Amino acid sequence: MTVEVRLPTVLRSAAGGSATVSVAGATIGEVLRNLVGDHPGLAGQVLTDDGSLHRFVNVYVDDDDVRYLQQLDTPVADGATVSILPAVAGG
Amino acid sequence: MLSLTTATYRDVVAHCLAGLPDEACGLLAGDGAGRVENSYPTRNVAASAKLYTVDPRDHLHADRDAEGHGWEIIGVYHSHTHTEAYPSPTDVAQAPDPSWHYVVVSLRDTYPVLRSYRIVDAAVEEEPVLVEDR
Repeated sequence: MTVEVRLPTVLRSAAGGSATVSVAGATIGEVLRNLVGDHPGLAGQVLTDDGSLHRFVNVYVDDDDVRYLQQLDTPVADGATVSILPAVAGG
Repeated sequence: MLSLTTATYRDVVAHCLAGLPDEACGLLAGDGAGRVENSYPTRNVAASAKLYTVDPRDHLHADRDAEGHGWEIIGVYHSHTHTEAYPSPTDVAQAPDPSWHYVVVSLRDTYPVLRSYRIVDAAVEEEPVLVEDR
């Protein structure tokens, strides 16, 4: 299964400048691990060292935030769009 | 430099005032030169007078709408209800993108004060804000 991953501007330079990349995987966890495998510059930016979703990013399958689905176990359909955006917060 | 139209300036300040007593937040869309074409009010899911978190789904929708217009999200605005219009330590620590413009609207005094900053590697630098009708 292949999905299209949309990257935020801040992560594009680590992926050769691309705004979108095609990545294989059947779950969000597989997609993100493969994404980092394809683009090692993204290591530590999307997943933490222990493999969980980094709190500084939000990840969506189509229109849904994966934190409200099954997190990294969320399944992805072939051709789905996975979007990564920075978590925007402050005080 | 950050360039806002009069309409966007009014939208941002009005949204911040409407959010009281909590902080309000939203995103700014435009081009790489700091020319803002639109603002997107977003829900503050922190629902707090001291913190803000842009609603992730509102962010996604803003990002897609901006892309559809040929813009990018180039910054974020939020209000400070009781402090000056300067990024707090939390704002600096959590600034997500060094290319972004960080607008802070202080509602501490009688009139709102809007200022804009760049935050790169935890270094805060104020930038001029131009409000103009294009």
